[in-house]
Amino acid sequence: MGEQLKISSSPHIRDKATTSNIMMWVIIALLPATVFGIYNFRDTHAWLLVLVTVATAVLTEYLYQKLMHKKVTIKDLSAAVTGLLLALNLPPTAPLWMGALGSVFAILVVKQLFGGLGQNFMNPALGARCFLLISFTGRMTTFVYDGISGATPLAVIRANVEAGNAVLSNVNTMDMLLGTTGGTIGETSTIAIMIGAMILIAMGVIDLRIPASYLLTFTVFIGICGGFVDGIGFFNSDYMVAQLCGGGLMLGAWFMATDYVTAPITKNGQILYGIVLGLLTGIFRLFGGSAEGVSYAIIFGNLLVPLIERVTLPKPFGKGGEK
Amino acid sequence: MNKYVERLYNGIIKENPTFVMMLGMCPTLAVTTSAINAIGMGLSTTVVLILSNMLISMLRKIIPDSVRMPAFIVVVASFVTMVQFLLQGFIPSLYDSLGLYIPLIVVNCIILGRAESYASKNPVLLSMCDGIGMGLGFTFGLTCIGIVRELIGAGKIFGLQLMPSGYEPVTIFILAPGAFLVLAFIVAGRNKIIKTLEKKGKEVPKQTGGCAEGGCASCSGCDKKVFPTGQEG
Repeated sequence: MGEQLKISSSPHIRDKATTSNIMMWVIIALLPATVFGIYNFRDTHAWLLVLVTVATAVLTEYLYQKLMHKKVTIKDLSAAVTGLLLALNLPPTAPLWMGALGSVFAILVVKQLFGGLGQNFMNPALGARCFLLISFTGRMTTFVYDGISGATPLAVIRANVEAGNAVLSNVNTMDMLLGTTGGTIGETSTIAIMIGAMILIAMGVIDLRIPASYLLTFTVFIGICGGFVDGIGFFNSDYMVAQLCGGGLMLGAWFMATDYVTAPITKNGQILYGIVLGLLTGIFRLFGGSAEGVSYAIIFGNLLVPLIERVTLPKPFGKGGEK
Repeated sequence: MNKYVERLYNGIIKENPTFVMMLGMCPTLAVTTSAINAIGMGLSTTVVLILSNMLISMLRKIIPDSVRMPAFIVVVASFVTMVQFLLQGFIPSLYDSLGLYIPLIVVNCIILGRAESYASKNPVLLSMCDGIGMGLGFTFGLTCIGIVRELIGAGKIFGLQLMPSGYEPVTIFILAPGAFLVLAFIVAGRNKIIKTLEKKGKEVPKQTGGCAEGGCASCSGCDKKVFPTGQEG
């Protein structure tokens, strides 16, 4: 009798997934976007920037944990993922020291000082991106494509609206889908990002709740309000494609909003989180000072996560019934 | 130690209002964008603090307990108005860059805190020394933050270019988030030093007054008595 009953404390359901396993899949899923970005910006030092940023992130984690006499956890690859995500969020012309500085900030300040993996309150890569964006606004918003300095498609749309031109003049939605436009290293190609997203979903690393509710909310918001504000008519198909494929939306929705540490763990909470992100992104893009809004929206969403989890906490069975 | 010198030491090191008691955070975060602003703010506050501590200490037996807060505010506000006019008249550049934060010295919690917890219970000379100590401690804290922020965020200290010309200023440090970052790093560094000193068995400046003297801000003093060094976990 005693041998048949296995008595143990929770958790009772175990899974073979490990941190390094999941992180490995995220890196594999990011490869299409990375490779395409390096190819797309082959006349710049994009490949070196990616390398330096990832290496600095891993090195920072190693040195900090060594110096603080903590267990060195670089083998779980989370620092490498942070570095890679940060690199994909940098313009290809960013100097190497900027990538390194961003990595140090992401790992040291946003991640390790708050207690390391699992404790950080905001996405380290996005925290570092916003740090760089505020500090070096000029360098972070200068985009060169094919040797020519030009605006990103979203900035072109913004400029068209402000100048009173046709909203979509000089915007080629096919280029945006393929990714042959200016932008940060990893954000330009929607197709490459979607290949990565498929890998993540197929491997069960992420589920659809956050990205789907994020993109759906954004689509509805931008279809109604964008059509109204930018004066292009409700749900104009080219405009919708440009807004969905433009900027960091795809990269953010599939790879950064779904970060385990900084997203809610309750199921309803994840949907609510996606809705909040969609609304914030739409509001920042239409009414904000910059044509972009994804990174600030996700960071802001990260800060709201404790509140979201609090209101969506499932009720334990038998609690709060009729009196 | 002489009790007057002890008051100075207490204000500058042991109960430093910026790094230990975490009081007066509003000016600490807002005006430390450059070292000169920080010093100006610190010294203005010091002057107000010394004068208000002295006057409140003189009046401590006259002011009825039930209306002491309004009375303190009137005293502090009068001194702040004087300082404001003096700055406007003699150092207009500082007056312009500190702006709204000069009248806000009235509600600086260091000044009201010292009036409430020290000056209203102690004789004039001691209160004056307490004001000098606390004021200099505040100035010291602000200047530290100001120097770091100006150096990283603009490459200068007191307006002197220190960084090589190729240095690109990290602008975030002279914006609001930079204030939080620098303050957090300095406080963390201070705590680390204190802990290392404690481990080595050296005598460390601890808050002795505890809850009785410094109010809630210094409650950490009691914790350390209950849990001797090294046993907090």
